[in-house]
Amino acid sequence: MSAVTSLPLFGPVAALLVAATIISAHAEIPLNERRSGYADLGRETKAMQDDDTANPAMLAVLDGEALWNARTGNGRACAGCHGDAKTSMKGVAARYPAYEPKLNRPVNLDQRINTCRVERQEAKPLAYESKDLLALSTYIGMQSRGEPIAPPTDPRLTPFREAGRATYIRRQGQLNLSCAQCHDDNWSRKLAGNIIPQAHPNGYPLYRLEWQSIGSLQRRLRNCLIGMRAEHYDYGSPEYVDLEAYLMWRARGMPMETPAVRP
Amino acid sequence: MARALINVPAKAKRGEIITIKTLISHVMESGFRHTSTGVRIPRDIIDTFTCTFNGEEIFRAALHPAIAANPFITFHTVATESGTFTFKWTGDGQFSQTETASIVVE
Amino acid sequence: MSDTKQAILANRRQMLAAAGAVAGGLALPVISAPPARAQIQSNPAQLGMAIRKVAGSAEVKVGKVTLDVPPLSENGNSVTMTVTVDSPMTPKDYVKAIHVLSEKNPQPNVITVMLGPRAGLPTIQTRIRLADSQDIVAIAELSDGTFWQDTGNVIITLGACLEDLPDGTRTD
Repeated sequence: MSAVTSLPLFGPVAALLVAATIISAHAEIPLNERRSGYADLGRETKAMQDDDTANPAMLAVLDGEALWNARTGNGRACAGCHGDAKTSMKGVAARYPAYEPKLNRPVNLDQRINTCRVERQEAKPLAYESKDLLALSTYIGMQSRGEPIAPPTDPRLTPFREAGRATYIRRQGQLNLSCAQCHDDNWSRKLAGNIIPQAHPNGYPLYRLEWQSIGSLQRRLRNCLIGMRAEHYDYGSPEYVDLEAYLMWRARGMPMETPAVRP
Repeated sequence: MARALINVPAKAKRGEIITIKTLISHVMESGFRHTSTGVRIPRDIIDTFTCTFNGEEIFRAALHPAIAANPFITFHTVATESGTFTFKWTGDGQFSQTETASIVVE
Repeated sequence: MSDTKQAILANRRQMLAAAGAVAGGLALPVISAPPARAQIQSNPAQLGMAIRKVAGSAEVKVGKVTLDVPPLSENGNSVTMTVTVDSPMTPKDYVKAIHVLSEKNPQPNVITVMLGPRAGLPTIQTRIRLADSQDIVAIAELSDGTFWQDTGNVIITLGACLEDLPDGTRTD
């Protein structure tokens, strides 16, 4: 990574270009050929996502709205500082993971929510994949629905995106498969009867029919690793966050669909 | 209290057929799944859903384990007068939940 | 040959014959969840009994009912199903009940809906679970005591990259 850090930085644009050159060294899907997993859904599943009165994920959104307004810990509610989420959280989920200077690394939205809870609300952090954390991140995520994914141009994120990309293209597990082999090289072909998507994280947290519940991107990544018969990480691991950072970069510009529905 | 999402039009004309959509959070554990050690996971489902309007039952459904988790039911009724819909779900483990929605019929 | 063994063989022959009749209609290769469990198999006797329970000795005629299910579903956990019946829904002529039955689920009943003239439109939509690719039957019971049915067929595909849940629970 010394090549990146030793380059003089002529402002965010230059940094973006530098980052773009390094990250897209692997044959990525051309930007104009990118396709959301929504496009591969059956008619009924698409209808489920499109209808806010029928999407099961909306139940989590309602729970999240209640939590947003609920006082906790030292008596503060999210709404106490952030007001109406529709305005204050618009576009926020679209630019996570973001760099956290106190930890010298990026954090994802779940971790940012917990930071707020612990530091500002003096409340206990919510467990990963817990009903409450999913509810809050879905509610906040929905405020970015329709917004283009906008990974920050912060150059400090580059080494972590690179680490995520390295994981993405690395063959691993008992099947010796890499993420890229399915999702970059064989998307739109079939695997076990289902269409292989390009695997963009543009709808998370989402309602997965397989789970019969809402879940985060990390849960889905865990499924992938188990499916590949590879070692999976604990929730909140830097490996997952780095991967998220890379995947969001890979999906830059695509509109957010949170809360999506997927098979 | 399970989270429920109900969609009833706020207003309708007398004699108009309206669509009612209901969605409630519930695991609908079928009772046919097993853990990896072969232990059966007990059944836990909503088995009855009723809708009454101003006290009169207009819709009833008996649900079985084959209904997907977070049961979603769409049905219709004729708007006759203004009033209140009462939706009730009951099931295993003495599960019982009631929600209401109002409509103005002109 | 013992009586029990004869009975088992006779049963098996009956089941295969009936299964053949049901499966004969499928021209497509069936892509379905690997059925490791004994209950995922065609059980026309179970379905037949369930239909008798609904209609008694009355004939269940084909018609008036439209069962809308997708021919191919990405996941058996949630298949959208719409049933509608051709009926004026007047106090003299209306749909009393709609019964939905499945061919291969561990137990045949899916949902039973009680309607009346207040329903306006005899149409319902819900999401159902299908254990395997199979037929679904929707039977409408009319106010004049007649029974009508429609059948739909759904092929279930299984997603790749499943998970084992933290406590060891299988997802099937």
